[in-house]
Amino acid sequence: MKPAPFEYHAPETVPDVVGLLAEYGDEAKPLAGGQSLVPMLALRLTRFEHLVDLNRVPALSGVERRDDTLVVGAMTRQATIERGAQAQAVPLLGLAAPLIGHVQIRNRGTLGGSVAHADPAAEMPAVALALDAELEVASPAGTRMLASADFFVGNWTTVLGDDELLTALHFPVWSGRCGFAVDEVARRHGDFALTGVACGVELDANDTVSRVVIALFGMGSTPLRARAAEEALVGRRPDADTLDEIGRLAVADLDPPEDIHASARYRSVVGAHVVTRGLTRAVQEART
Amino acid sequence: MSTLPIAMTVNGEPRRGQVEARKTLADFLREDCVLTGTHLGCEHGVCGACTVIVDGAAVRSCLMFAVQADGADLTTVEGLAEPGQLSPVQEAFREEHGLQCGFCTPGFVVSVHAFLAQNPTPSRDEIRDALAGNLCRCTGYQGIIRAVERAAASMAG
Ligand SMILES: Cc1cc2nc3c(=O)[nH]c(=O)nc-3n(C[C@@H](O)[C@H](O)[C@H](O)COP(=O)(O)OP(=O)(O)OC[C@H]3O[C@@H](n4cnc5c(N)ncnc54)[C@H](O)[C@@H]3O)c2cc1C
Ligand code: FES
Ligand code: FES
Repeated sequence: MKPAPFEYHAPETVPDVVGLLAEYGDEAKPLAGGQSLVPMLALRLTRFEHLVDLNRVPALSGVERRDDTLVVGAMTRQATIERGAQAQAVPLLGLAAPLIGHVQIRNRGTLGGSVAHADPAAEMPAVALALDAELEVASPAGTRMLASADFFVGNWTTVLGDDELLTALHFPVWSGRCGFAVDEVARRHGDFALTGVACGVELDANDTVSRVVIALFGMGSTPLRARAAEEALVGRRPDADTLDEIGRLAVADLDPPEDIHASARYRSVVGAHVVTRGLTRAVQEART
Repeated sequence: MSTLPIAMTVNGEPRRGQVEARKTLADFLREDCVLTGTHLGCEHGVCGACTVIVDGAAVRSCLMFAVQADGADLTTVEGLAEPGQLSPVQEAFREEHGLQCGFCTPGFVVSVHAFLAQNPTPSRDEIRDALAGNLCRCTGYQGIIRAVERAAASMAG
């Protein structure tokens, strides 16, 4: 047995979960799909006295359409999002899910786990940030809604307190002539990305860009919105030269990480192309 | 060290156990159930050797604790065919030289069973995608991919 001993809790309601989290404070951790937490426990990179299993809390899973919002429970499996018809209302979810690890991992891994884990190279945090998803968070004090832009603090770090649980993610549903893409470069299929983008484009009747969102991952300690590049594209026709320029602009002021897999310069150069490629695909889709 | 009682169905048979919470499902299957067909390579989610089917879905048994499988219905490589028989997938692995040392094979075979149940007529690209989470360090993947194609054809009849 590789992980250190812990006490196991399997509550069935959200109030019971946050009650346990409040009682044990920083000695407790929620266990969602376990696809990041269990490897860290097995390698003894971390240990907790208490694990609070979320897998027996029915209220945390499910996908529900409420007018112009898609509400996805935190424990909804990545595989459910990949295959499910309902999640298609937010195409970025379905485009990002197949890029996470492998099928056996997505059968357990959850949307909420991906976002709460906040790996800087993960796809789903960037999708949440691109779409300005609202994050529903429960604690013994009640429920609060957080903007994705305020959620990510740094590598594997979010604003969530020890007694707070991410319960659901609220995604706005886009309508009109819009298209989306997730594009990334990874060493091998299923690996975390070296650099990647989640983007969405809306075109007006004249084929000019009326709305665009660009979120980068693997390019800093959190997912990043390329706001200057977004502003520069609005009101213009998205021809090839323009999208090249926007790709370069999106990475212009960044200071990407440098590691054994890629230099910072590699990430910038390739990242610019990845943005251009993603936007090109999103525009094509918006036109069809 | 405190232990917890668990009960689940493995390959159609009820199994009970008394486990420490930190015991993985893989260790429970191997040590407590003596079903040693489920192999452990990396024990942190990378290699796929430990793949089993839990309530219909292929998962890594090194990334689940046994207590989490309480009440679940499991299939391991031992449960894919009658004792002494080979399933069409296992037969195809033999025919196409889909294994050499055999260490990775249970994970592949179980993953392929779950995959073909969902997608009985896969393309070569879909096969590669479905097997991307299983590592083989000695046979090479070409024979394995051919084995999946052969299994799909033979199961289609
Ligand atoms: C081989 C391999 C490859 C992978 N490749 C990728 C990849 O390419 N891209 C990618 O994004 N991921 C990848 N992952 C990780 C991904 O699969 C995980 O699913 C994800 O990072 C965490 O989700 P989880 O549900 O498994 O969460 P867990 O591992 O259970 O939890 C992760 C962390 O989030 C916390 N947490 C979970 N849920 C909540 C919640 N509702 N509220 C508050 N805190 C919570 C936990 O306490 C823990 O700290 C990979 C994993 C493996 C093993
Ligand atoms: S032993 Fe489970 S994935 Fe390697
Ligand atoms: S057959 Fe030896 S590792 Fe795959």
